[in-house]
Amino acid sequence: MFPPAVQAQSRHEAFIQSLTADLKPVRRLPPPGRRALLWLAWVAALAFTLAAVADRSAVAARLGAAPDMWLSAIGSGLTMVLAAVAAFQLSLPDRGPLWGLLPLPPALLWIGASGAGCLRTWLVPGTHPADLNDTKDCLAFILALSVPLSVLLLGMLRRGSTLRPGLTAAVAGLASAAAAATLLVFFHPYDASVTDVAVHVAAVALVIISNRALGGRMLQAVNT
Amino acid sequence: MRRPAAHEEAGTDRATAEARPADPGSASPHSASQAIAGPDDAGVADARRSAWMAAAQAGDQAAYVALLRDCVGVIESVARRQRVPPDRIDDVVQDALLTVHRARQTYDAARSFTAWLRTIAERRAIDLLRKTGRHAVREVHAPLAYERRADESAANRRAAFGAEVNNRLGGAVADLPLRQREAVQLLVLQERSLAETAAETGRSKGSLKVSLHRALKSLRARLGQVG
Repeated sequence: MFPPAVQAQSRHEAFIQSLTADLKPVRRLPPPGRRALLWLAWVAALAFTLAAVADRSAVAARLGAAPDMWLSAIGSGLTMVLAAVAAFQLSLPDRGPLWGLLPLPPALLWIGASGAGCLRTWLVPGTHPADLNDTKDCLAFILALSVPLSVLLLGMLRRGSTLRPGLTAAVAGLASAAAAATLLVFFHPYDASVTDVAVHVAAVALVIISNRALGGRMLQAVNT
Repeated sequence: MRRPAAHEEAGTDRATAEARPADPGSASPHSASQAIAGPDDAGVADARRSAWMAAAQAGDQAAYVALLRDCVGVIESVARRQRVPPDRIDDVVQDALLTVHRARQTYDAARSFTAWLRTIAERRAIDLLRKTGRHAVREVHAPLAYERRADESAANRRAAFGAEVNNRLGGAVADLPLRQREAVQLLVLQERSLAETAAETGRSKGSLKVSLHRALKSLRARLGQVG
């Protein structure tokens, strides 16, 4: 009579044989931080391309005049970096769901600073808040830029093997949306208004939700 | 967020240590019975698993077979601790082994293999418990509904034999004792609910069920030769 552990092993022997038959060597994944840097490098390349097109002096003047825009840009930039790191951490099967909380503090800064920008338009007369027509362009910009960034990020995340596809894809969506919102600074000649901030929040939410729905399935397919 | 390494698993691990193939190349699962003893057991086992996994990532099949065999005991102990029912533990083992296989490129040899494996096994056990939980909610235990379900082949037969069968059935029901006949007529033929019938007859639901059960049994015995 064999001890129970041996019985259990032999019960799974056929399955183990099927998994190990014609085993191929695999390339070990680089650490999540380095993989996040690779994606951020693509975003940086995109930023340089856009900066070449944009009216840089106008951007600088606007940022200099309105400190809350700085804060909001720093907030969205940090959100992008930390969400990317969190997404690559979550793409590994052994990482806990708490990584999803990592980008939340800068996201609060981002939302808070944008909200403070709304107040300024009431306090300072003569500013030009965006009307609904202008905000349509912002919405289109964020969505259009988020799509390629999301596709690239999800494609990279697929190499990991997440056991939490929904959460991972949602955090990836936040990273893409934050990147798009940060790049929007180059082309945003308006002061923040309530509609403007609401449209930004809606665009970011839309990107996160569609990432979660479509990307979640994409990441799930790797590991079922 | 590094997880604590394998020190915590000493108890469960020692149970399987006896059966673990000591040599990566050993072909049969029954061949190994070299006990590995000592206070540093879990640490040694973990270092060996890490080395096996690193070799498997490089394509060493023998090391990979030895590693997966070794994983079975660990996964089982995790599944038991997550209170997976005994008959589903093998499913967790297979799910977890498959996940290990698909995720093997994500293992970083600088970290504890055992901690990596245990996290995967825990996650797989929880997934399975959720799945079976949902399954149980969807299933309904309804013996009366089951008994009442129209049997289409019976309807065809009734059409074929026509009045003769109807008469025989009617006669059989009429011959039942009063309480059983009451149950069959109200619950089956008139399709009343158990609560309605109980209110109408002043009998308890339990008594109605017993009568119906007995009636169906005797009808089945009497009409058995037909259907």
